[in-house]
Amino acid sequence: MTTSNKSRCCYQSENVYCTEDYFSKGKNASEDSKLRFETYQLIWQQMKSETERLQEELNKNLFDSLIEFLQTSHSGLWKNSEDWSSEIKLREIPTAALILGVNVTDHDLTLRSLTEVLQNNVTPYVVSLQAKDCPDMKHFLQKLVSQLMDCKVDVQSKEKESVQVIQKNVHYSMDSLSAWYMSVTQKTDPKMPRKKRTFSSQWHSPPVVLILKDMESFTTKVLQDFIIISSQHLHEFPLILIFGIATSPVVIHRLLPHAVSSLLCIELFQSLSCKEHLTTVLDKLLLTTQFPFKLSEKVLQILTNIFLYHDFSIQNFIKGLQLSLLEHFYSQPLSVLCCNLPEAKRRTHFLSANQCENIRQKYIFSISCKRVGEETQSLLENLHVYHTNYFLVLRCLHQFTSFLPKYPLGRQIRELYCMCLEKNIWDSEEYASVLQLLRLLAKDELMAMLQNCFKVFQSSSAKELGNTAKKIEEFLAQFQSLDAETKEEEDTSQSQSKGLQKTDLYHLQKSLLEMKELRSTSKRQTKFEVLREQVVSFVDSLVREYLLPPDTQPLHETLYFSSAHTLRQHLNAAPRIALHTALNNPYYYLKNEALRSEEGCIPNVAPDICIAYKLHLECSRLINLVDWSEAFATVVTAAEKMDANSVTSEERNEVIHARFIRAVSELELLGFIKPTKQKTDHVARLTWGGC
Amino acid sequence: MTSTLELKEDKMLKVQFVGDDDVLNHILDREGGPKIKKDRAQLLVNTQKIIKKPENELEEDDQEVLKDQNYVEVLGQDVQESLKNGSATDGGNKVYPFQNRKHPEKMAKLASELAKTPGKSVSLNKNDPEITIDIPQCSKGHSASDKSQLKNNDKSEFLSTAPRGLRKRLIVPRSHSDSESEYSASNSEDDEGVAQEYEEDTNEDILSQKIQAQNRVVSAPVCRGTPSKKMKRKKTSHLVEEYFEAHSSSKVLTSDRTLQKLKRAKLDQQTLHNLLSKVSPSFSAELKQLNQQHEQLFHKWMLQLHLGFNIVLYGLGSKRNLLERFRTTMLQDCIHIVINGFFPGISVKSILNSVTEVLDHMGTFRSVLDQLEWITNKFKEDSSLELFLLIHNLDSQMLRGDKSQQIIGQLSSLRNIYLIASIDHLNAPLMWDHAKQSLYNWLWYETTTYSHYTEETSYENSLLVKQSGSLPLSSLIHVLRSLTPNARGIFRLLIKYQLDNQDNPSYTGLCFQDFYQQCREAFLVNSDLTLRAQLTEFRDHKLIRTKKGTDGVEYLLIPVDNGILTDFLEKEEEEL
Repeated sequence: MTTSNKSRCCYQSENVYCTEDYFSKGKNASEDSKLRFETYQLIWQQMKSETERLQEELNKNLFDSLIEFLQTSHSGLWKNSEDWSSEIKLREIPTAALILGVNVTDHDLTLRSLTEVLQNNVTPYVVSLQAKDCPDMKHFLQKLVSQLMDCKVDVQSKEKESVQVIQKNVHYSMDSLSAWYMSVTQKTDPKMPRKKRTFSSQWHSPPVVLILKDMESFTTKVLQDFIIISSQHLHEFPLILIFGIATSPVVIHRLLPHAVSSLLCIELFQSLSCKEHLTTVLDKLLLTTQFPFKLSEKVLQILTNIFLYHDFSIQNFIKGLQLSLLEHFYSQPLSVLCCNLPEAKRRTHFLSANQCENIRQKYIFSISCKRVGEETQSLLENLHVYHTNYFLVLRCLHQFTSFLPKYPLGRQIRELYCMCLEKNIWDSEEYASVLQLLRLLAKDELMAMLQNCFKVFQSSSAKELGNTAKKIEEFLAQFQSLDAETKEEEDTSQSQSKGLQKTDLYHLQKSLLEMKELRSTSKRQTKFEVLREQVVSFVDSLVREYLLPPDTQPLHETLYFSSAHTLRQHLNAAPRIALHTALNNPYYYLKNEALRSEEGCIPNVAPDICIAYKLHLECSRLINLVDWSEAFATVVTAAEKMDANSVTSEERNEVIHARFIRAVSELELLGFIKPTKQKTDHVARLTWGGC
Repeated sequence: MTSTLELKEDKMLKVQFVGDDDVLNHILDREGGPKIKKDRAQLLVNTQKIIKKPENELEEDDQEVLKDQNYVEVLGQDVQESLKNGSATDGGNKVYPFQNRKHPEKMAKLASELAKTPGKSVSLNKNDPEITIDIPQCSKGHSASDKSQLKNNDKSEFLSTAPRGLRKRLIVPRSHSDSESEYSASNSEDDEGVAQEYEEDTNEDILSQKIQAQNRVVSAPVCRGTPSKKMKRKKTSHLVEEYFEAHSSSKVLTSDRTLQKLKRAKLDQQTLHNLLSKVSPSFSAELKQLNQQHEQLFHKWMLQLHLGFNIVLYGLGSKRNLLERFRTTMLQDCIHIVINGFFPGISVKSILNSVTEVLDHMGTFRSVLDQLEWITNKFKEDSSLELFLLIHNLDSQMLRGDKSQQIIGQLSSLRNIYLIASIDHLNAPLMWDHAKQSLYNWLWYETTTYSHYTEETSYENSLLVKQSGSLPLSSLIHVLRSLTPNARGIFRLLIKYQLDNQDNPSYTGLCFQDFYQQCREAFLVNSDLTLRAQLTEFRDHKLIRTKKGTDGVEYLLIPVDNGILTDFLEKEEEEL
């Protein structure tokens, strides 16, 4: 047996391949793979920068209010007021409790950009600490000081590096920290470059901001000690705390006793919920014609499900999006046309014969090969127009459905989008119920919806739906005029009732019966009802015309990524199930007829480990190795009998025993069993199902 | 009343008859003892047997009733089992259900079941004892306990009587209310006494219920195919009870047989390897096809690695060769580091060391974090630097710690470090929380290879592979021969004491003072100095180990397997 060395290194640094080559060297190498890869990179860069912009935008509000808080919090500190209340305040550390939500993976990004923003706007001294770096007070201070020094280096030139190294070994205390702070602020004030003066002039000296990234996981003791100590030094070391909180603000009081939390002057800040993030990202990345790339229903479902049921992480969602983009360009030869319209049109001229043939056979078989290019162009144009209209109508429909009771078509536009992608929406029961609910709407509700729709249509410059906007405007006008009419109507009805005043009982009865009949038979609709009906049917017609599912459109496969299976496999894998399947049903992987068996059974010719596994499933918490090995031998000998081996039985038994040993140690490696001292020659089962 | 082996009488050599009294004796004896073999599952389809010989005598039939009952009881489990063996890709609850009672003999049963896989006729070979036992068993559908009965004569009695004890417990609740049927197999000892009372007057009941049970058995296969709703509901309602029942007692029921009795020596690594090399690999064509499928992905992996993803491979079978091929085909011209995670000496430190080594760094680092920071800076400064990390078994014992994973994750999150790793352990994904997962940025690839984990397990202290450090019997005897009779006596005392305490899990060793006392009483030593001198000699020969207890007292222990010690004592006595 060869003993493998621990690690093997290769020192050749020449990099022959670049990323692109791997793209084209895959299984379906075609001429334009290079182009495809470039398109992928272009689109991905665009999408990425767009998401970053969105994140920034979404966080802007939060950051602004935070900055405001930070700027005002220490202002009282330097007004030499003798006021009693400010005296009290002097002992309180200004604290911002930042509730970030459970999507822990996104916190890093948010806090990083927060640090950046603060460093640019408030103070150069921004330090962020993580719980795992600070198991005790010593490490806490150590980290704090070393990071503060680094901040310092950013502001100044790196001249002080040597000093810093010496300082690293100094015993850290709050005293030394405040002394350092004094020296730094006094020394740097005159030296400070012009632009930095802006904030240092604002206050006497800039505060020190300490961000605790994951407040919940800090040890209570460290946190308490630090707060108590630093509140003592607050007058000479203007500290501001920012707690990153994933759960709820109650956790502060759970972690800190009243004596400590009273030293904090806490203000709460709430970041936008991650669901809103998702909605915005979807809205700006997918529900738009800006990016040609689209997701099919299944893929979108998987991505949102991973988001909603696994991690709430926008970052992971974006990662999934990137992967699907990559997969699309990698596996779909026609994806070369997945770019903005003018470019795609240009590319139709360079389609390979294969691709042309492909398109021709699928969509425009009546046309000769030569004209495929032109025809494709028009198809692409149609597709583009289809999308423009699609999203407009989708938003319009969403305006109508999102306010209905019980949300039959979903509350979020992504749910509606998924449904529309899947099939003809008007065939669904939910859609029917939506129409019914719309027919029951009151006038002001309906008008508000129409107004919203009008805004949606107006915002776009699409020509096709210009009429629609006009139509909606007309409807709105009609509703308004309806107001006046109804008043008149009421007047007339009142006058009519006046005429009925002088009657005897018989006549009254008669007239009442008449009225009742009238109502039940004709049930004359008011003008409003007529109009409402018109609006509903108008919406219905819009939906039926424009919300066709994309797979009815020619060339949709150029834009839509539909391989949901791959995505799921790579993002949300299930290793345990794979393992179990491989062990339990080897036929699933090894397509050998000998391995085919009915459910729950395993043929005795299966790989050794499968047999051993199958046998061990029958055992309880402890497994007797002797029993196991005998059972194993029984199965294996039965399997081997057919081969009619000529080896002597003793030797064969030994070989079988060796195979058993191998299977058992493999199962041990896989974590199904472990050796135990509870009983001699027993192993313990580690999976459930036994006891 | 006889044992169940009647039918085999003509064929088999060893059939033991167990008298009624003996049976009763056993039951009474065992009442206080551990509840071994209480609920033996009769999973096998016993229908043939019933149909074949309905005219058997009463006791036999009684056993049938019990078997049927068990069968039906097991059916509940079977519903679950057949589900979990079902289609490959559904949920985890089918893969790992709640704990429930398993039956000690189930495994042997399944083995015989598997051995007679339909369609494969098994020829009868008189030379092979194992087969001659198996064949009739298979054809007749006898329980596996019969098999072991034949093999271990000393146990046969007890095995054959075991069902009776169970039967009684089954009967009692049934006689009270028929509706409770199959779940009535209570495990509490209290039933025992009541059971005996009821035994006589329930005989009639049994007869009538036998018919009932037979009906059930006949219909059972149908149930198995399409688990009826009623069954399922019962199953879930009892799930909770079963769970707690399964956890209520810490006693586990398994047979007491040890490898020692099997007379099969432990193999060492080399002989094991030699033996295994004789085995001709099966399904090589299919395996090759599987591997080719995986190899087609190599370019894609490279692409995705370059785009900032890291790749993790999972699935059954060693992925070492696959990664090795990946390395040779794709990474010839890149800087890469191969880390064998299964190597027992590996640590994060050594991984980082090899990275810094590649980066030509001389000198040392104060801590792992410093080193990581240095690497991070290095990679940030020089964007042309690229490094491939191949880690076999990222989930190995040495690397699975939280800190290690955090550091490797941070390493892998660097832009120009490309990580491709394999995991094998069942619970490997539990290593990573959300934060770590986002550091790793994994893309999962299932690469089931079915290759043997030869390298990976060779470092493992496997259960059945002889550890080189331990002392075999021959060397023990050899060393002891060279000692004085008194010294041998001292050692024997220690052995005996250790063997007496072998069932005591908290046994830490013999305390020196007690040992001295015993030795004095046996006239082996006259002062504790002589004993100490003797012990030093033992220690030099690695025959004993001393441990300081919590109370500061020295404890003596022989670091040799108890089985070897027993053998040794036997040999000694033979010589005397």
